[in-house]
Amino acid sequence: MTAQEVFTVLKAQFGDALTEEKISAAGGSAAVGYALQEWISIAPEKTKDICFFLRDDNEMQFDYLSCLSGVDYNNGKLGIVYHLFSMVHKHKLVLKTLCTKDHPHIQSVSEVWGTANWHEREVFDLFGITIDGHPDLRRILLPDDWVGNPLRKDYKVQEFYHGIKVPY
Amino acid sequence: MGLLDQQFENDNVFITSLDGLFNWARLSSLWQMQFGLACCAIEMMAASASHFDSMRFGVIPRATPRQTDVMFVAGTVTIKMAQRIKRLYDQMAEPRYVISMGSCSNCGGPYWEHGYSVLKGVDRVIPVDVYIPGCPPRPEALLEGIMKLQEKIRHESLAKKKSIAV
Repeated sequence: MTAQEVFTVLKAQFGDALTEEKISAAGGSAAVGYALQEWISIAPEKTKDICFFLRDDNEMQFDYLSCLSGVDYNNGKLGIVYHLFSMVHKHKLVLKTLCTKDHPHIQSVSEVWGTANWHEREVFDLFGITIDGHPDLRRILLPDDWVGNPLRKDYKVQEFYHGIKVPY
Repeated sequence: MGLLDQQFENDNVFITSLDGLFNWARLSSLWQMQFGLACCAIEMMAASASHFDSMRFGVIPRATPRQTDVMFVAGTVTIKMAQRIKRLYDQMAEPRYVISMGSCSNCGGPYWEHGYSVLKGVDRVIPVDVYIPGCPPRPEALLEGIMKLQEKIRHESLAKKKSIAV
C-alpha cells in the first residue's frame, strides 16, 4: 500500500484527526523516479487511536515501529516523527505530529508498540514534550535533577551541577 | 604508611633506604582499577593483552577499588558517571594514583564544545597524576604513562619536603 492509499483509508476513518488535507513530501522526485519519503500529518491528541488502527487493520498491519524521534522545528513548534513498517505486507509509512512549545503534549503510543516506551522517554528527556498516557514518564539519559531539555534549539547549558562545572 | 609518611625531619641513610625499598615495592606492583568507559577501554584492553602486556610492569587489573593502587580513567566521563567516579576514588586505599587516559578524560576531548552531559576533564572531580594524550592513545603510550607514574613514585619520600626559602 502506498502512502496515498493509507491516507484515503485514514481519512475515511479519522477525518478530523488528520491535520493536513494532503500527503506531504519533502521535495520533488529526481529524474530517476526516486521520491523522498512522504508523510501523513496527524493530530497529537489522537496518535494512539490512529496507531491502534494502523497496527490492527488487516490491509495495513503496521506491526513494527522502526523509529520514533523528536524534532524542534525552530518556529515555536515541536514534533514527533514515527517510522512504521509492516512485517506482513512489507510496506512502510511515516507519521508526523506537531505541538507548540507552550502546550507540548502528545498522546503516547507505548500501548501500541512496546518499543515506544523508551523512545518516548528519550523525547521527554531531550525535548520536554509531555507524553500523555505514558506508563513511566521520567528522564532516561540525563540525571533526574537536570535542568532543561538539551536538544531544543534555545537550550543553554547550566553552569554548575552538584558543584561540578559543566561548560568547558 | 599513613602514620610514617612525611613525619621525618631529615634525610638519613635509614630513611633513604626505606624510601628506596617502599617505592620500589609500590611501583613494581601497581594494581589497576580498570575503569574503561569508552573507546580508550579497547586500547587499555589491548595493553593488557599479550602483545603489549601491561602485566610485565606488575599492573594487574582488579575490578574493585579496595584492592587497587591506580585508577585508569579511560574514556568519556559523563556528569552522571563523575559522581560515581568520585565515590570509587574515595574508596581506594592510600597510596592511590590516577592516570587519565585519552582526550576525553584529560579535557573533555571532542565533546568540549557542545557536549552538555560530558565532564570536561576528569580532574574536575578527582586529582590526576599522569595525563596521557591521544584519541585513543596507543597501548605503547599507555605503557609510557605507567612508566612515568613509576618515575613519580620512585621519587617519593617519607621525609618532609623542604621548602625553598628565598
